Amino acid sequence: MRLPMPALGIGLLALILTMAMSSWLLFLSVLLIMALAYQLGRRRAIAQVGGPTKIKRLHSLPAYHGLYAALWAGIPALFVMGLWIGFQDQVIIAQVIDALSPTQIEGLSPGQFNLLISDIRNLATGNIVSAQVTSELQAAADHYNRLRALSRIAMWVVVLALALGATLMVWLQIHPSLRARNRVESITLAIMIVFSSIAILTTLGIVLSVVFESIRFFKLISPLEFFFGLTWSPQIALRADQVGASGAFGAVPLFVGTLVISVIAMLVAVPIGLLSAIYLSEYASRRVRAVAKPLLEVLAGIPTVVYGFFAALTVAPFIRSLGAWLGLDVASESALAAGLVMGIMIIPFVSSLSDDVINAVPQAMRDGSYALGATQSETIRRVIIPAALPGIIGGILLAVSRAIGETMIVVMAAGLSANLSINPLESLTTVTVQIVTLLTGDQEFDSPKTLAAFALGLTLFVVTLALNVVALSIVRKYREQYE
Amino acid sequence: MNTMVETMNRVTDALSAVELAQERAFCQTVGDFTVPNPRMTCRDVEVWYGPKQAIRRVNLDIGRNEVLSMIGPSGCGKSTFLRCLNRMNDTIPGCRVTGSIKLDGQDIYDKKLDPVLLRARVGMVFQKPNPFPKSIYENVAYGPRIHGLTNSKAELDELVETSLRKAGLWDEVKDRLDQPGTGLSGGQQQRLCIARTIAVAPDVILMDEPCSALDPIATAIIEELIDELRANYSIVIVTHSMQQAARVSQRTAYFHLGDLIEVGETNQIFTNPQHKLTEDYITGRFG
Ligand SMILES: Nc1ncnc2c1ncn2[C@@H]1O[C@H](COP(=O)(O)OP(=O)(O)OP(=O)(O)O)[C@@H](O)[C@H]1O
Ligand SMILES: [Mg+2]
Repeated sequence: MRLPMPALGIGLLALILTMAMSSWLLFLSVLLIMALAYQLGRRRAIAQVGGPTKIKRLHSLPAYHGLYAALWAGIPALFVMGLWIGFQDQVIIAQVIDALSPTQIEGLSPGQFNLLISDIRNLATGNIVSAQVTSELQAAADHYNRLRALSRIAMWVVVLALALGATLMVWLQIHPSLRARNRVESITLAIMIVFSSIAILTTLGIVLSVVFESIRFFKLISPLEFFFGLTWSPQIALRADQVGASGAFGAVPLFVGTLVISVIAMLVAVPIGLLSAIYLSEYASRRVRAVAKPLLEVLAGIPTVVYGFFAALTVAPFIRSLGAWLGLDVASESALAAGLVMGIMIIPFVSSLSDDVINAVPQAMRDGSYALGATQSETIRRVIIPAALPGIIGGILLAVSRAIGETMIVVMAAGLSANLSINPLESLTTVTVQIVTLLTGDQEFDSPKTLAAFALGLTLFVVTLALNVVALSIVRKYREQYE
Repeated sequence: MNTMVETMNRVTDALSAVELAQERAFCQTVGDFTVPNPRMTCRDVEVWYGPKQAIRRVNLDIGRNEVLSMIGPSGCGKSTFLRCLNRMNDTIPGCRVTGSIKLDGQDIYDKKLDPVLLRARVGMVFQKPNPFPKSIYENVAYGPRIHGLTNSKAELDELVETSLRKAGLWDEVKDRLDQPGTGLSGGQQQRLCIARTIAVAPDVILMDEPCSALDPIATAIIEELIDELRANYSIVIVTHSMQQAARVSQRTAYFHLGDLIEVGETNQIFTNPQHKLTEDYITGRFG
């Protein structure tokens, strides 16, 4: 399905801009009405009990009456306005199409049909049109413009009427016994629930779509082959006569590659992160700490793509020449390079989480140990680290899940070929790399090759989720211990 | 900006310290602060937290096999003085101690002396029981292990047992030595901390309000324990309970705003205080 993207884009943009202009004004008006409603509500509440000295007789403070009025004035009006802006174009276009003569749309392919619609839009907003401007097209554009003007006026009328009407309604309702505070609180609660459910529903939607696509994949390829197969070669014949593209979806090489790279990363990150956390929290003076801690955390702020080319362009060649010097055969995209750089990226995760849990060990533990004549290092080794261990392990698990899901570094620095090997000097590939390669390029959406990405994604999601749940529960348990 | 605020704070602190010094001239301790054949001697001890003086010219001896209690209103410097005796103040940034404190004639603030070794000889029990998150056995074995006091597992077992016995805890925990020390009751935890301290065989035990987190029964058990421990150790105990001071100690020292006001036989302090401030405090008119 190819659309004339630029034309359509410019048309829509212009449309949204003009809409936005007039909508802004309307939006501001609604806000103004809300402010007005607030004042009205407040004053009326005060007036009803006979002046500011007697507000004790109100069930709720005057400000709550004002807020209640303002919320009523604003929410329905803004809601309707949002719907209006969201759907008016579709409604208008539908009407314009209805009005077109049947000869104009007869026999058009979906692509041509869309082109016609965007032409009408572009003509109406004064943009460049792809086709000849016929009188019919002009008529349709005029129709479109007329409807839009109408719609705009109607929107103003409806929205303002709603805002003012609601204000009036609340104004009539206001009474000393009105439970305005409770109502305002339930309205705010409702608003918060709506917004948090947006976040939850989005997550749920993503998970469900991944699950469904994975199920489709597993209908084509058996889970047994996917989870235990030893060859990964997802190239599928695009044409029936193409050779050498059978398609094998055994994901074990990817899992092993991911594991090897993550292990290398953890071998780098855990000792460095842990030791720097211990140094920073137990030994460093305040001055050193104030400088070193943010510096360490800068590592977490470096975009992963920068780590990626650092790994690919600096570390990998270095390891390769080092290997050559030692007489080892190192692939130019070795797992070692990707793992090392990933480890550096993860250091701040380990160190700042460990730092937190080490600091959470009560000073009383340290005092108790010092008072027995223990030195600082004995105290750290025998009391603080054991006490903080659950939390440290939790932090490490979180870092592992981060390593498994990391994409950019491995896309740039790890290999593409799915070798089944645990030799870090070879080129290995990871789950994330394969998801990227599966989905880039021209694909049919329902080929096993594309669907395989969802299955990989689901596996990744399940593993990292499990790691996170375990890690967080360990950390939480640990926190409770010192409440 | 920050440094400016800091400087300002420092200046105001210094000013208030000066004011304080001018307002109250050095206060001579009432009573005899010396004892024959002392375990510890403190002379002209002063403690500063940054510019703020917390202890002013305190002279005090700690005898052998005695319990010395320190009383006084909150913030008068009892804990501060106690922490001087095993150099726990070293761990507080900005804290400065002057004067001389000797243990068996040896200056504990001597540059050559290792505070770590000192703390093995002067143990400390804290206000809030703070067992390590380890087993009961490991809690007691911790000190002997780091100081290498025993040569074999059997010896260590024996040391753990005798320490727990001396702390009066053995019978309650002998069947669950491998369970976490944090799972004991508050009173048991405090006795575990005492056992832990005894296990390194100190000469002096410092206790900072050891019973303030405990109920009367647990308190009574610990008081009894303190009385027994006196046979082998010197004990300095800070307490807010005058009854407790009267019950467990032979000598009492009364602190007030960083000064040691009065020191003497516990009986005499509680029945016949010489200083007006002491009298006000123990008769409950103040503090
Ligand atoms: N770490 C510190 N930093 C700065 N000032 C401190 C510090 N510790 C104690 N002080 C101050 O030193 C003075 C004496 O404190 P200290 O804790 O010794 O009193 P205390 O007699 O033990 O009181 P309480 O009976 O409440 O435990 C107080 O004014 C206190 O504010
Ligand atoms: Mg205190």
